[in-house]
Amino acid sequence: MKRKLEISELIFKVISYTLLTVFAICCLYPFLYAISAAISGKHAVEYNEIILFPKDIQFEAFREMFMSNEFWNSYSNTLFLTIYGTVWSLFVAILGGYALSKKRLLFRKFFNFFLVFTMWFSAGIVPQYLNYVATSRVFEGMGITDDKWLVVIAMGMAAMNIILLRNSFEGVPSEIEEAAIVEGASEMQVLSKVFIPMCKSTIATVTLFFAISRWNGYFWARQMISNDYEQPLQVFIRNKLEFYTDSEQLATMTGNYAADSLIFALIVCSIIPILIIYPFIQKYFAKGTNAGGVKE
Amino acid sequence: MTARASDFLIYDKVAGVYRANPEQVVRDDVEKHYWRHVGQTILKDWRLYLMLVPTILVFLFWRYLPMYELLGSFKVDDTVKSVSEQYFKGFSNFKGLLAGSGTYAEYSMNFWRAMRNTFLLSFYGLLFGFPIPIILALFFNEVKSDLTRSALQVCTYLPKFMSTVIMTSLVMMLIKQGSAASETPPGIIAQLLSNIGLISKETAQNGLLNNPSYFRAIYQISGIWETAGYDSIVFFAAIIAISPTSYEAAQIDGANKWAQMRYVVLPSILSTIVIMLITRIGHMLSIGYEKVLLLSEQHPSAWQTAEVISTFSWRIKATSQGLASAAEMMNNVVGMLLVIGANTIARKASDVSLY
Repeated sequence: MKRKLEISELIFKVISYTLLTVFAICCLYPFLYAISAAISGKHAVEYNEIILFPKDIQFEAFREMFMSNEFWNSYSNTLFLTIYGTVWSLFVAILGGYALSKKRLLFRKFFNFFLVFTMWFSAGIVPQYLNYVATSRVFEGMGITDDKWLVVIAMGMAAMNIILLRNSFEGVPSEIEEAAIVEGASEMQVLSKVFIPMCKSTIATVTLFFAISRWNGYFWARQMISNDYEQPLQVFIRNKLEFYTDSEQLATMTGNYAADSLIFALIVCSIIPILIIYPFIQKYFAKGTNAGGVKE
Repeated sequence: MTARASDFLIYDKVAGVYRANPEQVVRDDVEKHYWRHVGQTILKDWRLYLMLVPTILVFLFWRYLPMYELLGSFKVDDTVKSVSEQYFKGFSNFKGLLAGSGTYAEYSMNFWRAMRNTFLLSFYGLLFGFPIPIILALFFNEVKSDLTRSALQVCTYLPKFMSTVIMTSLVMMLIKQGSAASETPPGIIAQLLSNIGLISKETAQNGLLNNPSYFRAIYQISGIWETAGYDSIVFFAAIIAISPTSYEAAQIDGANKWAQMRYVVLPSILSTIVIMLITRIGHMLSIGYEKVLLLSEQHPSAWQTAEVISTFSWRIKATSQGLASAAEMMNNVVGMLLVIGANTIARKASDVSLY
């Protein structure tokens, strides 16, 4: 029997739907506005004539951007940092998490503390900056003069992600591991054939965290990469924003689109990859636990 | 346990002499060869230890060595030499920052301003940013259609995955100042706010980010936009874990919506709320420097309310590295005490340790 909603429940339902819809629209609005403004005409953008829908549609801001070498260059730099960075982070985190998940590891408590302490206490940005400067000199001494590699290797390792992986590996029943060892699997085989497939969903989650933090990385890339031609997309966007908020630069702009349109076009282009992988991230929000294997 | 002579020596009745206790011989042996045993275990299992090497190296070089650089706060303020070549100077950098006099006066003033801003930004973040995800989660629970709810969740989680540069660029574009020369109006949100009378026309025209009294509001509102939806996930998970029979029982007893909230939902998610609250308090002092820097870099007039400890030390790092390190050291030590304290309370209060 379906019971009738009470009046208080009905009121709460109505409030929930209304406020959620308003909040969701507020969250999305800046992005929608960015898309509209990117393809609207100069006058419409500068005089706030667009609220949501584009007006005097032009695609020259996008064309200008697509024609620019700098844009594609920064895009490819971001791809470089994201791909190599994610692979490196994942490599370190999976191996470290696997080793830490083993009860037989000597000094296991110490190593765990070694990781967790970095979550309690971080040196701060100035000491970190000094440290990057110092390590980049060490890198140069080793013959690696490309700052990109320092950013790839040094950045984006979060202790939290390693601990996530460790906990997930710990959840694998030891019977499965023992069975694999009895069958003659080596340590690497146990990891690659048993643990990685069984912890797929955690690994996917961690991969996405790594990839997004790499794609979005700005501050340290800007500080560490001395060559302007190697800067990633986020730095490029920020530079353009700083450039066009300068009114003297604005006056030199010709063409029938506003400077804002160009920045909005850049923003739209930089979030497209995230929008593409976004549905896949969604899937891993509620991490499914891996059922199956040995039942006790 | 106290040691007895028989632990070490046993009287051999047949030969009539004392002999070493064989168990103790083994114990001595283990103790004497402890490090050899460690070495053998590591050698036997070397693959496992090799796997740890990259993690250890990365954390050692880029997490622990910066802590060594923090020692610069105790040393001579000399930006040319590296920390290891400097002389120990004592606590003068700390004293200068805390009770500045003479040459330190300006630094000290700015330091206290930054300290105050750091506390206030985190405190307001706690006050406004913390309850909103809980309320959102309660609302999400009311939406019974999966499709509608997923659609709403997709929209509200989205900003979390955008970079700080994108988020701050959007904020800056939407509330940018108008131009007097070309008579262009301010950004669309600034104009909207002035149209509905929340702010005056001149304030909007001059740019909200140039006005120190609006920085905190901008920071908090953009923070809610960025994280509230995503933060609601954990509360929503706690709410949907409540068994439907609890609601039914309450309804049969005649509980209206408020009574259900009060006596069914709240007790069930209280432990989650406590844990999240304690985590937030623990991380109070780690204000995201990136966002503050990006928002206020071009607007020096807003630094009065925008400058936090990390941006303060970032700005003075070129002229006085020692002071910059000292400021960060104090901020981070207090931050660590907060984290450890919060963790201890969490463990006592709910048997759940965060770390």
